[in-house]
Amino acid sequence: MAGKKREKGQLRKGSENNFFATLGNFQELELENVDLEIGELELWIQPGTGAVTIQSAEQKSKPSQIIKTKYDSPIMEYPGKILEVILGATKGEGGSRSKTCTIGGEITLPYYNFESNMPNPPVISFDVFDTKIPLAKPVRMQVEEVLEDPPAWAKLSVDKFGAEMVNLHLISIDPLIKDTTPKDAAKTVENVLQAVDVPVAVGGCGDPSKDMKVFEKVAEVAEGERLLFNSVTLDMDIKKMANLMNKYGHVVIAFTSMNLEDAKELNRKLFEFMPRERVVIDTTTAALGYGIDYAFSIMERTRISGLMGDEQLQNPMSSGTTNAWAAREAWMKMEPEWGTREQRGPIWETVTALTLLLAGVDYFMMMHPSAVKTVKDVINNLTKSKISKPEKYAEWIKMKI
Amino acid sequence: MTERETKKSSIKELSPLDVYKLLPRTNCKKCGEENCMAFATKVVNREILLESCTPLLEEGKYKKNYQKLWDILKPPVKSIMIGTGENAVTIGGEFVMYRHEFTYYNQTAIAIDINDEMAKEDIENRSKQIQNFIFNYIGRNLRLDLIAVRSTSGDPEKFAITIKEVLKNTDFPLILCSHDPEVMKAGLEVCNGKRPLIYAATKDNWLEMTELASTYNSPLVISAPNDLDLLSSLSSTILEYGFEDIVLDPGTFLGNGLGETINNLTMLRRSSCKRSDELLGFPLMGTPIVAWLENKETVEDIMWKEAYLASMLITRYTDIIVLHSLDGWVLLPLVILRDNIYTDPRKPVAVDAELKVFGKPNEHSPVLFTTNFALTYYTVASDIEKIDCYLIVIDAEGISVESAVAGRKLTSEKVGNAIKEYEIEKKVKHKKLVIPGRAARLSGEIEEVTGWDVLVGPLDSSGIAKFLNEKWYVGEIAPK
Repeated sequence: MAGKKREKGQLRKGSENNFFATLGNFQELELENVDLEIGELELWIQPGTGAVTIQSAEQKSKPSQIIKTKYDSPIMEYPGKILEVILGATKGEGGSRSKTCTIGGEITLPYYNFESNMPNPPVISFDVFDTKIPLAKPVRMQVEEVLEDPPAWAKLSVDKFGAEMVNLHLISIDPLIKDTTPKDAAKTVENVLQAVDVPVAVGGCGDPSKDMKVFEKVAEVAEGERLLFNSVTLDMDIKKMANLMNKYGHVVIAFTSMNLEDAKELNRKLFEFMPRERVVIDTTTAALGYGIDYAFSIMERTRISGLMGDEQLQNPMSSGTTNAWAAREAWMKMEPEWGTREQRGPIWETVTALTLLLAGVDYFMMMHPSAVKTVKDVINNLTKSKISKPEKYAEWIKMKI
Repeated sequence: MTERETKKSSIKELSPLDVYKLLPRTNCKKCGEENCMAFATKVVNREILLESCTPLLEEGKYKKNYQKLWDILKPPVKSIMIGTGENAVTIGGEFVMYRHEFTYYNQTAIAIDINDEMAKEDIENRSKQIQNFIFNYIGRNLRLDLIAVRSTSGDPEKFAITIKEVLKNTDFPLILCSHDPEVMKAGLEVCNGKRPLIYAATKDNWLEMTELASTYNSPLVISAPNDLDLLSSLSSTILEYGFEDIVLDPGTFLGNGLGETINNLTMLRRSSCKRSDELLGFPLMGTPIVAWLENKETVEDIMWKEAYLASMLITRYTDIIVLHSLDGWVLLPLVILRDNIYTDPRKPVAVDAELKVFGKPNEHSPVLFTTNFALTYYTVASDIEKIDCYLIVIDAEGISVESAVAGRKLTSEKVGNAIKEYEIEKKVKHKKLVIPGRAARLSGEIEEVTGWDVLVGPLDSSGIAKFLNEKWYVGEIAPK
C-alpha cells in the first residue's frame, strides 16, 4: 500500500479535486495557495488516486534518492468462468483417439498471468480439405503431394507438422462443387479417423440443408468420437443439430458473423437442447488488414462478457485463422521491397493468430507449418513467469548488429 | 485501510451531464452546436474539443470550471509529444484499456534504429529509407515515425556526430539511446530544441538523466527491466523532482520472458486506466529490437521473431516500439495491424448501399457489384478507381462477400432489387453483370432472378482490371 506521508504540504493547483474527492468530497472548498498543516496525518490513498503531489511549502527540495514505492497489482475478481470443453474421446471414453484435448476453463482475461495462469493452452488444428482447392502458393508447397488424399494429408499434419488436432473440411459436399453424398463424406471421415489418432473436427460446405444431411450421417458413423462439428448457424435446424450432438456424443461450433447479439441468440437456442459444455463459439475471423479489428473486439467483448457472468458467452472461442490467407498481402506478388510471398504469407497468418490469441481464442484452425510452430512456441512461453536475467535485455542499446 | 475508490475518470462512466453542469449553460452556440447539452455530449464522445467553447476560456468567471473540466476529461494515460513541428509524434493520450470501450487514440509509434558506429553513407541511406517508407492501404498512407539513435561506441563525440548526420537527412523525431549521462548530454546538445525522447533513466542514472531532460525540455523514458516496484519508485521520484513528461519501459523479453513482458504491460495499463494510478499514467514502450540480441539464429529467424513480438506489443498496449528490421515483409503486417487496432470502433462497419460511379462510364461500360462492408468496398474501390464503370454496393449488413454469401446476407433477390432500384437498365444498353468471384455460387440464381448474363469475376478485386481487359466486350466485338 502506497499511502503517502509528508510533514507539511501545499496542494498544487489542479490537484485539489482529486485530493478532496478522496478525503470526502469537499469539492467546494477554496484551497488555492493555502498552506495545509497535515502533520502526522496518514493519508490512505490508493496509489496515485489523483495527483497526490503534496509538495513542500517552501522552495521544494528535489529528491536525491529514490523514493521507494511498492507496485500494487491491479487484481480484479470476475464473477464468471469459461466452460471447459473436451474434444475427442479415447477408447475408454467410447472413441478411438489416443488422447483428448481440453480447451477453455479460463477464470481471467487471456494471459493476465498476474491474476491466474491459463488452465488449458489453446489447441491448434490443421486444416485438411477433402478435395483439391485453390491454395496460396506457400501453403500448397507444403502439402502438394497429399492434396487429393485427406487421410494422407491428415497424417502429414500430425506426423510432420505436429498438429494437435485435424480439421477436416468436407467442401466437396457442396451441391455446386461435387455434391458428394452423405455416405461418401462419412467414409472420408472414417478414413481420416483411422489415419490419425488425434481428435478430429469436421466442417461442412456452408449450405445449411446439405450440411445437416452430411452431419447426420457423420455423427452416426463416428458415434462416441466426440468430433467437433463445424458448424451450426442460426439458419439451421438448431434443435435437430443439438439432438444429433447429444445422441452420438459430439461437440459443435456455434458460428455467427461478427455480431455479439447473434452469438448470444444462437447459444441461447442451443442450450435449450444440449449441454453448454459441448459448445464452442466462433464469432468469425477476419484477416489482418481485412477487418481483424472487428474480429478482435467482438472476441474481446465475448470473453469479457463471459467472465463478467453472461451465461450465453462462457464458451471457449474458435478462430478460422486460415482466413488470413484471403488477405492479398499474404498471397499476392508485390514489389520486391515487400518481400516474397513465402515470407509475407506465413507472417500474415502468424500475426492474425497472435492478435486473436490475445483476445482469448482457445481453438485455432490454421494452415502453414511455420505459423503453427510460432503460435505454439508463443503459447508455451506466455504461460511461463520466470525470466532468466532480465537485465541482459537492456543491452540492446549497445549491441552490435 | 479505507475501501478502494476509483476516480471517476473512466471515459465510459463520464456522462454528458458531468460536463454540462460545468459549462456556461447559456446555449450561445459559439461552439457551433445547438446548445450546451449537445456540446457536452460531443465533448464526452471526444468529437469536439473542450476549447471550442470560447466563453469558457475567455471569461474569468468560468476559469475554475475550465480547470475542473480539464481535470475530469484528461486521459488516464498522459499524452507525450516527441519532436517538434510537422513530424512531431504524440504517444499515449489513451482513455481506455479495451478499444471497444471507446476508441484508442494515438497509434503505437514505430522507431527504427541507427547506431553511432555506422559509416556516413550508411547513416544517410538508412535515415532516408526510414523516412521514405510508405505503404498505401485502402487510401491511407502508412509510414514509420521516428529514428532511434543508439550509442554503441559509448563515445559522446561519435554520438553527437551521428545525430548531426541523421538530422541532415531526416526531419523525423529522434530517440537518443544511452545509459551514460555524458553521452546523452552530448547528443542533446546537438539537437537542442528538437525534443528528442531520452532513453533511458535507470536506477543508477535517474538523477542526471532527469536533470538533462528538464534542462533540454525533452521527454524521458524510465527503464526498469521486469521490476514494477522500481518502475513505480522511479516514476514517483521523478514526479517529485517536478518532471512529468515520462514514458515507461518495463522491458521486452523473449523466450521464457514473453509471458512477463505481456503481463507487465497489461498490469501497467490496467493500473492507469482502471485504477487511475497517476504514478503509472504514462505511455508504455516496447523494444522488439531485443530479438537481435540472439546471435545463434539466422537473420531471417530473428526478423521473424522481431515481427511477431512487435505485433503482440502493438496489441497489448505499447505506445511506442523500437525495431531494427527495415524489411517490407516485417513492417507491412505491423503498420497495418496498428492502423486496424487504432481504427475508431464507433465508426460504422458498413458504407451506404448505393450505386457508385467510377470514371466516366457510358452505355457499354461494365456493371459490377460488391457488398457494403467498409473494408471490402474500399478495397474494391481503390482497385477500380481508374476504370470507367458502375459499382453496385449491396446491403449485406456490412459483411464481406464471402461471409455474406455463406450467411445468406447477399442473395440473388438483393442483386435483382438493386438493379431495379438504381435503374441500371436505363444507364447501360447491355445486360451483363460482373459478379465477385467469391459470389460464384450465386451465378445461376442471379441469371434467373435478373434475366442478366453473369460474368464471374476474379476472386480478388486486384484482378478486376486484367479481367475486364480480357473478358469485357459488348455486342459483337470480340475480346482482345
